[in-house]
Amino acid sequence: MAEAAPESPPSAAEAPARARRGARRAFRDGAAISFSFMLVGAPFGLLFGAVATEAGLPIAETMALSIVVMAGAAQFALVELLADGAPALIALMAAFAVNLRMLMYSASIAPHLAEARLRTRLWMAYFLVDQVYAASIHRFTERPNLPLREKTAFWLGVGGPMFVVWYGATYAGAVVGARIPEGWSLDFAPAITFIAICAPMLRTLPSLVAAGVAVAAALALAWLPWSLGLPFAALAGMAAGAGAEIALARRGLRPRPA
Amino acid sequence: MIDLPPTQLWAIILVLAAGTYLIRLSFLAFAGAAARLPEWTLRLLRYVPVTVLPALVAPMVVWPKATEGETDPVRLAAALAALGVGALTRSLFWAIAAGFAALFGLPELAALVAALPPGR
Repeated sequence: MAEAAPESPPSAAEAPARARRGARRAFRDGAAISFSFMLVGAPFGLLFGAVATEAGLPIAETMALSIVVMAGAAQFALVELLADGAPALIALMAAFAVNLRMLMYSASIAPHLAEARLRTRLWMAYFLVDQVYAASIHRFTERPNLPLREKTAFWLGVGGPMFVVWYGATYAGAVVGARIPEGWSLDFAPAITFIAICAPMLRTLPSLVAAGVAVAAALALAWLPWSLGLPFAALAGMAAGAGAEIALARRGLRPRPA
Repeated sequence: MIDLPPTQLWAIILVLAAGTYLIRLSFLAFAGAAARLPEWTLRLLRYVPVTVLPALVAPMVVWPKATEGETDPVRLAAALAALGVGALTRSLFWAIAAGFAALFGLPELAALVAALPPGR
């Protein structure tokens, strides 16, 4: 291998190029997933634009909600309550309650981004929505040695295209005022996305237990106002999942794919 | 109808935007410390994705707001289609496609069947 010696430092010279290629690939992978989300995001954004303007919200304010708040379910909750004549404070609290789940996303994704600079984490936080979180946590857990650069590129790949489509769809809905036929049930589009995000992740017995308990608790607590049951139901499910994992480990069983 | 003065409306939007951003940033801001969380916390956090979304969705599926809380067979079927196809194929795309096919296809199918001549 004496002849190979002069070529030994090529990895140092090629490293930046390889890192760039890796990041580009990660971005493309993310964007491909983003495409699936757009399928649902676009009609849902259209619906939001139409509903908000029909509720009397001017186009600028409607767009501002989609751009600076960027949280579909909370946007709907706010507009719905304001249109019902609820006090601003109540409407705000309902929207915050709907968004509280992002606190858990933030805690769950943070350990994966520990090496990122604060500046990077500041812009990444803006893209922390259900879809970006779910797609990223899946990839980061499956590939523990992913370089940070590929993590951020993937994050932007999922979030970027989807956000742009969300803005565009909101605008289209607000301008056209799309008379959406009643039979279309577009209100159910987000529910389908969320189920589709979760279903492939239910791979182990503990995760099935966690999901089952969370669903049961959420239905039992559905009477609470402003989706306040959600954090409690999620916590119950998380405790059940962790408990099941420990119980399996005690019997010497590793959580296997269900 | 929303008929708040523009200043109040903008104040609401900006407060919601700032609050939502801070919720998202919360743990991310201290990401370095988050990596050193105790094992039991990390174990709990592993189950965030499979609990938060199902808990969010369950009431939407069983008691949809659009039908004023009445369980709707079409929405229920669409949810089950997305769940089943997603679990079997492990594919987000096909799960979404199946859910949408059921959501928009079933009412069409029902209309078609209803339009069939009786006594076939």
